[in-house]
Amino acid sequence: MTRGARIAALLVSAVAVAALVAFYISTWVLNFPPAVQAQTSNGSASLTLETVAAYGHSPHSSWVSYFVKGADGRWHHTTIIDIPAHTLVHVTIINFDGNSGLRNPLWAKARGVQGAEISINGKPPIAGINPDDASHTFAIPDMGISVPIHGVADNAPNQCATPAPCPMSTAHTVTTFAFRTGKPGHYRWQCFVPCAAGFLNGFGGPMQTVGYMDGYLNVT
Amino acid sequence: MIWVVLSVIGVLLVFFALKPHMPPGNVSHQSADQTETNTVIAAIMTPIGVGVIAFLVYAVIVFRAREGDEEDGPYTKDNGRVQRTWILVTLAIVLGLAIYGTDELLSASAGIAGVGGGQGPTLIRSAPAGSLQVQVIAQQWAFTYRYPQYGDIETTTLALPVNRPVIFNVTSIDVIHSFWAYQLGVKIDAVPGTNNTAGTTATHTGLFDIRCAELCGLWHGAMSAKGEVLTPSAFTSWIHVQQAHQPAPNTMPPHAKTYFPDPNDRAG
Repeated sequence: MTRGARIAALLVSAVAVAALVAFYISTWVLNFPPAVQAQTSNGSASLTLETVAAYGHSPHSSWVSYFVKGADGRWHHTTIIDIPAHTLVHVTIINFDGNSGLRNPLWAKARGVQGAEISINGKPPIAGINPDDASHTFAIPDMGISVPIHGVADNAPNQCATPAPCPMSTAHTVTTFAFRTGKPGHYRWQCFVPCAAGFLNGFGGPMQTVGYMDGYLNVT
Repeated sequence: MIWVVLSVIGVLLVFFALKPHMPPGNVSHQSADQTETNTVIAAIMTPIGVGVIAFLVYAVIVFRAREGDEEDGPYTKDNGRVQRTWILVTLAIVLGLAIYGTDELLSASAGIAGVGGGQGPTLIRSAPAGSLQVQVIAQQWAFTYRYPQYGDIETTTLALPVNRPVIFNVTSIDVIHSFWAYQLGVKIDAVPGTNNTAGTTATHTGLFDIRCAELCGLWHGAMSAKGEVLTPSAFTSWIHVQQAHQPAPNTMPPHAKTYFPDPNDRAG
């Protein structure tokens, strides 16, 4: 091989590697779902989330997932939320999924929220739930926040069987609580319930993917 | 001669300039021991490194290709003296370090032997009387801590009393993690179904870093936190606060050395 051919081969190889790296970065590293803004009024914010047992759409129709309600009143398939700093946030989580049970019962108790209590289905506030009844958690570890989400009973009638988002006419639970954001930052949040059916330890797939059971809280 | 001079300078620099910055520091007896060990090893390695670099520079200068010189170098055969010296010196270094390392592992620093290595379910020697037992439970992606001597309370933050031996019992409830309390000189694998133990005695109050040292999934990089070494009275107060915020006792399982939930019940 001539010297010119060797140099040409080297250049082509370098360009190919650079293209692969760029493809990887654009496809995976920087490919996040869109952020949804929490609704604000009178110095406080409100956030409404939904959890479903199966997303119902490609590419991962069977994956368990969170949804976020936007200011337009529509459900968005994302877990990235913009929220103001130093603000009281009222959260409503509508859950259409059944119980998976917590591996670590510690997360069955509400932590880091106003009054250290949550309300389920409009009932008087409670400090926590039975770990076996947990369907998911909404946890922001760096804020010390963790809230258990009560699952829909296995024998509940009219369970959601349509692609997400689920209609409110189907069986669901409603968990409400409030927490106060602190200083601005980029906080990750996650579910601690091993709810990814069919994956190793129940913690693969959607549990390892931003946009399904993990996300970011952009506090600004 | 140059090698000797550079080695002496290098060793002095290791002991007087590098040692204060040598990891993991001196927050505990064990981390201080490890810092000492790292310093000794660095001091031993310095003459070797200096020798390699000095010979490299010497070879580049003396044995460089000269203009018009295209002949091979002179034929050399065995040099028994060099070979014997090489074998004896490397043997002495390796055996010396093995003896030194074993002694460090077995010696009872602050009453805890074999610290920091995660020696399986039992320490090399029994834990000193009055030790604080702490169970570290790893999961994707957080560490939680149980204090069996204080009503089995479980917390999301780690606090330890100063000058009291602490025995960590480390396990995982999903994949393999590694509990790394950096400034305490403790790093222990967290393995499902296994109880790995190691001990430490903190000698200074203040914060220390906790990290997961085993790639464990999406948020592995975020699996970090601050622990705190408190005075005995502050630790007692902290325990009382934690006890007041525990879940109802009937929702918590009894303390166990390991947690290995039935995958059929907990896999979604």
